[in-house]
Amino acid sequence: MSSDHGSSAISERVRRVEALLEQRGVIAAGEVDRRIEEFLAGGSPANGARIVARAWVDDGFRDRLLADANAALPEVGLSMAGGIQEQRLKVVANSATEHHVLVCTLCSCYPIALLGPSPSWYKSEAYRSRVVRDPRGVLAEFGTTLPDDVRISVWDASAESRYMVLPVRPAGTGSLSETELAALVTRNGLIGTALL
Amino acid sequence: MSRINDVGGVVGFPAVVQEPDEPPFHADWEAHVFALNGALIKAGVYNLDEFRDAQERMDPQAHLAASYYERWFTAITTLLAEKGVATPAELGG
Repeated sequence: MSSDHGSSAISERVRRVEALLEQRGVIAAGEVDRRIEEFLAGGSPANGARIVARAWVDDGFRDRLLADANAALPEVGLSMAGGIQEQRLKVVANSATEHHVLVCTLCSCYPIALLGPSPSWYKSEAYRSRVVRDPRGVLAEFGTTLPDDVRISVWDASAESRYMVLPVRPAGTGSLSETELAALVTRNGLIGTALL
Repeated sequence: MSRINDVGGVVGFPAVVQEPDEPPFHADWEAHVFALNGALIKAGVYNLDEFRDAQERMDPQAHLAASYYERWFTAITTLLAEKGVATPAELGG
């Protein structure tokens, strides 16, 4: 936690506004703390990884997921309805010839329910401005180099629509269980800035 | 007309910097701003679109200079004042 002057000034101001809103009954006492706990205990890339592992082992689920992700998520006990409003989810599948990568050029829309809090780079102007113009160059900054003949699609999320990448199942994983497969899936793999 | 947040394809921004093992929030106040916003939307003080709009109509220079959650807090206090929940003096820094 930063303790420089700028940070402590805003910290103090946030505390004052929060107290004022509680005092006036606009928000309930303790609601902010409860929401923080809930959020930190909620989404994590493990959720997205669970979806991917199921899709790798179950072709029927994979088809349903790609056709209508919102309808398929309850099969693995997940939902896009937990936030401020239900969000439409589209899952996009990588292949040997096609790679997908996610962005929100306007702000920071991200499938929090499935991936947890987004990393700062996802919210940065650098990523948001450049990945739509030069996806190969930006992917290279993540150490991800794709053959020239692999087509790259960039998906721009919005307040109503979120995306998640279904990565290619790594070779030589035929004997792994669904749980072991889920452990191979990384956050950046689900965003599309990394391969698995 | 596009606003300062609409950066897709804009040239001149630097390389992407990743922070290894980044925490969800870099300071307590960021977590409080995050949760405060959810609580105010839930309470019907404003909606999500109004919240985004309040960030996007920030002065462009101030928008670019502010951190992610500083933008959120600016939007929250702007809307609280506009909705008459508190006066700018009460919300001031």
